[in-house]
Amino acid sequence: MLLRIAERTAVFLVSLGVSSALVFGFMVLLPGDPARVALGINATEVDVARLRAEFGLDRPLGEQYLSWTGGLVRADLGTSYISRAEIGPQIADRLQVSLILVAASMIIAVLLALPFGTLMAVHHRRASGVVLSAISQVGVAVPAFLAGILLISVFAVHLRWLPSGGWTPPAYDPGLFLRQLLLPALSLGLVQGAVLTRYVRSAVLEVLREDFLRTARAKGLTPLRALVRHGLRNAAVPVVTVLGLQLATLLVGAVVIERVFVIPGLGSLLLDNVGNRDLIVVQDVVMVLVVAVLLVNFVVDLLYLAIDPRLRTASR
Amino acid sequence: MTADVVRVRDLVVTVGAKPLLVDVDVTVHRGERVGLIGESGSGKSLTALAIMGLLPEDLIPAGSVVVTGHSGGGVQRVTSVLEAGEPALAAMRGRDVAMVFQEPMTALNPTMRVGAQVAEIMTIHRTVPDRGAAARRAVELLDRVGLPDPADAARAYPHQLSGGQRQRVVVAMALANDPALLICDEPTTALDVTVQALVLDLVVRGVEARDAGLLFITHDLAVVASVCERVLVMYGGRVVEAGEVQEVFTRPRHRYTRGLIGASDLDLTRPDGKLYTIQGSVPSSGRFPAGCVFRNRCTHATTECESLPPWQGSGPEQGFACWHPVMAS
Repeated sequence: MLLRIAERTAVFLVSLGVSSALVFGFMVLLPGDPARVALGINATEVDVARLRAEFGLDRPLGEQYLSWTGGLVRADLGTSYISRAEIGPQIADRLQVSLILVAASMIIAVLLALPFGTLMAVHHRRASGVVLSAISQVGVAVPAFLAGILLISVFAVHLRWLPSGGWTPPAYDPGLFLRQLLLPALSLGLVQGAVLTRYVRSAVLEVLREDFLRTARAKGLTPLRALVRHGLRNAAVPVVTVLGLQLATLLVGAVVIERVFVIPGLGSLLLDNVGNRDLIVVQDVVMVLVVAVLLVNFVVDLLYLAIDPRLRTASR
Repeated sequence: MTADVVRVRDLVVTVGAKPLLVDVDVTVHRGERVGLIGESGSGKSLTALAIMGLLPEDLIPAGSVVVTGHSGGGVQRVTSVLEAGEPALAAMRGRDVAMVFQEPMTALNPTMRVGAQVAEIMTIHRTVPDRGAAARRAVELLDRVGLPDPADAARAYPHQLSGGQRQRVVVAMALANDPALLICDEPTTALDVTVQALVLDLVVRGVEARDAGLLFITHDLAVVASVCERVLVMYGGRVVEAGEVQEVFTRPRHRYTRGLIGASDLDLTRPDGKLYTIQGSVPSSGRFPAGCVFRNRCTHATTECESLPPWQGSGPEQGFACWHPVMAS
């Protein structure tokens, strides 16, 4: 068990190293000199050289990479080439917003997928199961931004029940915070929920065919109790896999929804700075997203071990 | 004769218009061990599932299946399986009737500790006062079925046990509530020969100690001979012969029974030195011929066999259905 955890941790750390090198490498390969971009087209060569020295861009690449990653480890993300503001606090603010949005969407998705997916599996031969299945299929096909626009036009424009966008910190006005959060979280959550529902359905269907579920019935458990007590945990492994992938997708995919709903999240920070050519900020944001995705995968790996005792000892 | 723990009469199971079981009669008395033999696809497991009330949704049963359990204090609980609702059936399963399945590798929940799985069957039916008592009793039962270090075994997950050990866990689980009837569906088929005898012994001793009835499904005639007193031979979804094990195995009357016994006897060889077999193979479900279900594989079949042979014998517990029976010698 401890060996397995150590193994997964090692994989996590190595992936972090490799991905940081990749992110750095791609930024170096991008055409355009950040110093020249920061100073504009009228800058003199002397000014550009001075700024390059200030940013450390004149140093060897290896040294630049080490000073960047060294900073990351100390939670020092450097300063923007253009605004000269510290990047760390900016990202922290934006990340907080994005995480709240992603968490809310994920909760909606899970609350939707678990009961409906299970119901679809149990009723897969009846009309109710087929209808639910068809609805979820439609949900899978709708992109989140379209769902967002539809939700805005119905609930914000026509019914005027909810604001069409914006963001208020929860500490400032909890009521408004929730009302502003609802539509964007729904647009992401409904779509992800539809996808997840289908995975829950197939995982539960799979488990319904297992011998040990028949054993559970033979012990005197009703079908529902047999499924809840013996089936769901076994169905959880594939569902957790998809959940992990979806979280990663959501973190990155929230970019578009943040645009639609004018939310100051990590996605809008990324897009703004791509527009500004503030490459160091872009590099940091991308790295933060990569860390988040790797972290999700790492947690999913640990969850596997918690769910399925066979994985704790089995050698692969 | 009221002491039967299960009484199946005229059981018919169909899927769509296709009959899978026809006119099956099975009776098991208290303390009696009955074998159910036949090739794969002859309807043995289906009969067991019908008794448990665990037929797949699309299979429709008809006829009557009555299970008489004993719920303590001399009170008998009678369940009409085909008419009863799910709550009544759930109360019957694991309490009045318990079942041991063929495949020990998949019959246990891989994510739940073995002791908890044994304890669960007692907490479901409240046959022990509380969870703690159930856990202690589970360890005791695991000890009784001969698992070395039962307290450790109770904390193990199924994958940490061998196939034989797992099947012993399943037997311990099935016997936990002292059922009136134990159904074993090929319980030793998936096990090593060396472990088979051990598990069989556990089943027989467990059933004897509880004065329970045993319905033992297998295609291994030697096992039936060592475990059972009475035997039912099934083919094509019908019971084709029934009687005392000794009688049926030494003086089979139905041509199919005769074929089975011939094919099982490894000392008996044909003139060309090969083992005896039953020609052809079992048709797929619902594709058996009309009349005598065995006639397309029977060397003695005549046009008479195109009509259904009547049951000849003293009753459903002794007799056969064949137009051209093996003559009693």
